[in-house]
Amino acid sequence: MPELHGYGPIILEGAALTLAVALLSLAIAVALGMAGALARLSPLPPLSGLAVVYTTLIRGVPDLVLMLLIFFGGQMLVNQVAPMLGHDDYVDVSPFTAGVMTLGFIYGAYMSETFRGAILAVPKGQIEAAQAFAMRRGQIFRRILLPQMLRHALPGFGNNWLVLLKATALLSVIGLDDMVRMAGVAAGATRQPFTFYLVVAVLFLAMTSVSTLLLGWAERRYSRGFTRAA
Amino acid sequence: MRFEVVLENLGLYLDGLWTTVWLVAAALALGLLLAVPAGLARTSRNPAINFPAWLFTYFFRGTPLLVQLFLIYYGAGQFATIRESVLWPLLSQAWFCALLAFTLNTAAYTAEIIRGAVIATPVGEIEAARACGMTPVLMYRRIVLPSAFRRALPAYGNEVIFMLHGSAIASVVTIVDLTGAARIVNSRYYTPYEAFLTAAAFYLVLTFAIVWLFRLLERRWFAHLRPRSEG
Repeated sequence: MPELHGYGPIILEGAALTLAVALLSLAIAVALGMAGALARLSPLPPLSGLAVVYTTLIRGVPDLVLMLLIFFGGQMLVNQVAPMLGHDDYVDVSPFTAGVMTLGFIYGAYMSETFRGAILAVPKGQIEAAQAFAMRRGQIFRRILLPQMLRHALPGFGNNWLVLLKATALLSVIGLDDMVRMAGVAAGATRQPFTFYLVVAVLFLAMTSVSTLLLGWAERRYSRGFTRAA
Repeated sequence: MRFEVVLENLGLYLDGLWTTVWLVAAALALGLLLAVPAGLARTSRNPAINFPAWLFTYFFRGTPLLVQLFLIYYGAGQFATIRESVLWPLLSQAWFCALLAFTLNTAAYTAEIIRGAVIATPVGEIEAARACGMTPVLMYRRIVLPSAFRRALPAYGNEVIFMLHGSAIASVVTIVDLTGAARIVNSRYYTPYEAFLTAAAFYLVLTFAIVWLFRLLERRWFAHLRPRSEG
């Protein structure tokens, strides 16, 4: 273990924040992704068109640029709208809020493509059979579509999660006190940047490795009953 | 919206565009050179060859590019031996650190793509090559690699786009790439929408250009798989 000069605890606090931001963003991304996928597959042209624009534009632009746009632009927007609502003080959008919203918004686009593919992978006959049983749309989604699409969505979901987890590092640029920024603080004080960034790299490796193990387990679990060639 | 601010600074954006393009192109070219041996090493059954390559891809794919960049850009200066070495004039420059970090990162991802493509080579092709008396080098050059590159093309197209998008973090270490130009315009005029939307538009065009280029390449490389046209 390298000498951390007492900076170990704040880096661990940063790691907890990294994980919290990543998990909250994931929740938003999954919700937006599901909405996006259903919108994309909807028969209403304005709805599916909106979903196409969302996924294409977001996936065509670097996450850092979107993050800066939403952080600085959102700050400005909030302060233009707040006075109209009778709020006169300067409203500060915290890096935490901006970060969670931005990451959720960006990875929602990636999730929606993953979910769209998974929904399309469910045999059409399943849906038709459910309709023949007079199930309501909500019931079809909950009882037929969701359980069967999970298996197809898991690999893509896992990839998106790993990319999202690593993308939280970018939030240190807009001032979130995640572990990357905390390592920067410690590096500045101790003049040992390599040591501290290496610690952060190892923490990220631990998080991605645990994620990979859990995802592998989940994939095996949800693929039960399906034979795999070779 | 004050897009005249963008027009006044169009030169800055174009310089940034050029920086982004050469940085990404150089990193991709060097990364590909590194990825081929690393990817082949990953297919080896000999642990002494496979393990170092596995460790390399495991580290660079499991940590954020930003942390890798910081490790090189800020981290290298921690060691007196590096500061006194002949490499220091290069390692003390932001552009070199970014190029190095991007190269290693894309090499790691590309190595795994190549590994997957090589492993998927049909056994019969390898047996046929052996039966023809090809040496291993000749077999890789004539049989394995050409078909592996073809199979790797779609995944590699995605990697190129990821590299382009990842390159935006060069702006964090003082490089004035497209994102860097936007950050300068935003901080100078306090125009976040105009500054960053312009950069986003440039990236979008670059992304579409890459998608189009790879579609063209795929059409050419997969020409033998297309159904024969009528007449």
